[in-house]
Amino acid sequence: MRVLVAIVLLAGSVVAQQIGNPTTQEGVTPPRGTFAIRNARIVTVSGPDIENGTVVIRDGKIEAVGANVSVPAGAQTIDGRGLSVYPGMIDAGTNMGLVEVPQGANGTVDTSEVGDLNPNAKAIIAVNPHSAHIPVTRVEGITNTLTAPTGGLISGQAALINLLGTAPKEMAVVPQLALVINYPRITSAGEGFGGQRQQPANLSEALAANERQVEQIRKMLRDAEAYGRAQDAYAKDHSLPHPDHNVVLESLVPYVRGEQPVIFRAEREAEIRGAVKFAEDMKLKPIILGGHDAWKVASLLKQKNVPVILTGVLTLPVREDDDYDTLYANPAKLQEAGVRFCISTGDAGAEVRNLAQYAGMASAFGLSKADALKAVTLYPAQILNVADRLGSIEAGKMANLVITDGDLLEIRTHIRYLLIDGRPVVLTSRHTELNDSFKNRK
Amino acid sequence: MKRLIVFLLTISTLPVISGRAQQRLAPPETLIRNATVLTITHGTLQNTDVLLRNGKIAAIGKNLQASANARIIDGTGKFVMPGIIDCHSHSMLDTINEGTLAVTSMVHTQDVLNTTDVDLYRELAGGVTTLNLLHGSANPIGGLNTVVKIKYGRPASEFLFPGAMPGIKFALGENVKQSSRPNLPGVPRRYPNTRMGVEEVIRDAFTRARDYKRTLDEYRAAVKNDKNAIPPRRDLQLEPLVEILEGKRYVHAHSYVASEILMLINIADEFGFKIKTFQHVLEGYKVAKEIAAHGAGASIFADSWGYKIEAYDAIPYNAAIMTRAGVVVSMNSDSDERARRLNIEAAKAMHWGDLTEEQALKLVTLNPAIQLGIQDRVGSLEVGKDADVVIWNAHPFSVYARVDTTFIDGEVFFDRQQDLARRPELAKERAALEQAEPNRPATRGQSPQTPRRRPSGHEDDDIEVEKP
Repeated sequence: MRVLVAIVLLAGSVVAQQIGNPTTQEGVTPPRGTFAIRNARIVTVSGPDIENGTVVIRDGKIEAVGANVSVPAGAQTIDGRGLSVYPGMIDAGTNMGLVEVPQGANGTVDTSEVGDLNPNAKAIIAVNPHSAHIPVTRVEGITNTLTAPTGGLISGQAALINLLGTAPKEMAVVPQLALVINYPRITSAGEGFGGQRQQPANLSEALAANERQVEQIRKMLRDAEAYGRAQDAYAKDHSLPHPDHNVVLESLVPYVRGEQPVIFRAEREAEIRGAVKFAEDMKLKPIILGGHDAWKVASLLKQKNVPVILTGVLTLPVREDDDYDTLYANPAKLQEAGVRFCISTGDAGAEVRNLAQYAGMASAFGLSKADALKAVTLYPAQILNVADRLGSIEAGKMANLVITDGDLLEIRTHIRYLLIDGRPVVLTSRHTELNDSFKNRK
Repeated sequence: MKRLIVFLLTISTLPVISGRAQQRLAPPETLIRNATVLTITHGTLQNTDVLLRNGKIAAIGKNLQASANARIIDGTGKFVMPGIIDCHSHSMLDTINEGTLAVTSMVHTQDVLNTTDVDLYRELAGGVTTLNLLHGSANPIGGLNTVVKIKYGRPASEFLFPGAMPGIKFALGENVKQSSRPNLPGVPRRYPNTRMGVEEVIRDAFTRARDYKRTLDEYRAAVKNDKNAIPPRRDLQLEPLVEILEGKRYVHAHSYVASEILMLINIADEFGFKIKTFQHVLEGYKVAKEIAAHGAGASIFADSWGYKIEAYDAIPYNAAIMTRAGVVVSMNSDSDERARRLNIEAAKAMHWGDLTEEQALKLVTLNPAIQLGIQDRVGSLEVGKDADVVIWNAHPFSVYARVDTTFIDGEVFFDRQQDLARRPELAKERAALEQAEPNRPATRGQSPQTPRRRPSGHEDDDIEVEKP
């Protein structure tokens, strides 16, 4: 029996090694240095471009930016002539690091816990710093992702990570940034939760089922709020009976108190309206993730000041009679209506590297080029409340910078240098290494 | 007798009433003036005119003259490119997989065409004009393909690409092995379950086809001398395979890993036929020289990877490595969603692998045309070729580019200005339909029945990847 167990364990570990072959820099976090990028075009995003300027980086931060900035003694210089410096891009709607191969390697899938109510499932715990997806993504200029769990009604807590680091702690910018709720869909075609087809229900039954699911979430949030009050009361007055701890309710307290945002996955109009109302009733700080119909409810989103992490720019319009460019033009319509938004691939991991293309397409259909760039840099930083640290090139912010030979959003542009947390990142990945191995095979 | 002859002559001059649609009037002549013309085969021409007449490209040059009733389009600042050809599509098919048997060469995608698929219009808006409609990847030997021009709004017969070489879909690897389906107790699994079995299915089918061909050849020889020779019993499954052996039908083989690519090359060499294209072939870069030596083309994703194990070693440098090894490479979509932006998929080969613009443009024009045997008619802007032409408002490799107009055989099938102009009228029509009596929800809460939708825009036939 023990021999059998040993064989099984050995076989499992062989499979684990085959997935995510180590690349040369995996075990090494490059040190922070003092750098100066000189004579480059600096696209600050928060202000006008600086056609010929210098960025000084020290101790992980941007120390100085400008046309005439002195370079500290001993700084390593990067010759920026002919090059452009941009803030690293941020994708706020991913599962980056939680899944390696979604089909056929379930052992690598850590996105969705069992059960409907999992607020205490924290994405940061399961993020794999050695996922092949991470270098593949960052070499295209994406320096940060919000990694969210999926599944159930309350999926868990999303983490904002730097795409650099040998351990989750090194990667985490905000380890528990937001609670993630899948706002229940009204499925009048009788599709049960999880996509199983049942007998077609009628509308009133579907609405009732939907309300039951919403009530499940509501009840847990109310319990968490009461739990928080009980814990606080005991902390002030030890003469009260000691309330037992509950890891599930404990994790919800900052969110029900409106101290941190709650992300609602909602794509269609009914779910977006439902989520906005639910958040208002429960006094939460909502962010919509998805927002395919956001253009239809733009005035509501503006009025309630609810921001949207827009996925689906490159998704087929849902309704047959939707305009062919409905989703391409979604960001431009929101911008015009004054709704806060950012653009995301909405992808688990493998496609996140194409974030620039989503912004570019939005610009082809109405969004200005400047706003398209903001939609993948400053706007996600603002929506995630980290604009003090990320999203633009300003003194004091984290040195997450990408240096290119052209327009960052254009696919024909090449990335020349990358810095994350003021650390120089080698521009290799599983893909560059396989390319190097095979390109000269005779 | 004379009256009979007169009668016969009279009826022979009457218009023939056939089952086909009436012959259409020729489209109006169109002159696109002063554009940047991406010819594909003769470089990029600045400030150049393109004249479309009678469904063909009539002239390319400077200061062309058109007839008095021609439509003149000012192409200043615009880019003109041949219509994009998507070598791997499942658009306009009501179903794609006859998955019940491992060899279904008797089924034909042409039997399930659905001309009302709205994604066809969305693909026209992305500059696509020709599709290779393939059977799915459920079987080692699948069904027969259909090459179409996207003549959205016309009957199915008008979609069929005239003179396109017939083809068939093969598939290797995980989908065929049904490796992602759980083993259910008491439910028999379909053979094959391993890549060993995939090879044996193909070997067995071609062995039977070779024997069948021998009886056919014997009959063909015998019937020359004896018109009463008895033909062999028809075998609809083996007939397409005989066509492959005789070089009359192209094989398009879905494949991923290096081992199965080499396996199929070996079988093809052994039975004396050629694989026309490997589809997806995401590990093609590992065996590029073998693919080139065999003479097969490759029709690939630009950069999709990691969605299943056999795609884990996929790299976006695939197009560049195979192109440099001498393989004819095309970028395909296998997705109604991705088909709308094949211009950028082609551009990705300049980003990953540094192909030249000329090489990258071919990936969605001339190369897929060659792979489908239609390069004499489409795939480049040359005088005499079909007027399958697209006007872009910027270079098609720019992420900021958008299609203005799509022509097929000189006729407009998509025009952005016309689309925008129709929107207010369509919005009114929708509002009126929503208010109409049959569409109101019944008082007892019954929702109106909606037709079941085929899921669209998914990768590789049958993978549903969970979204965050």
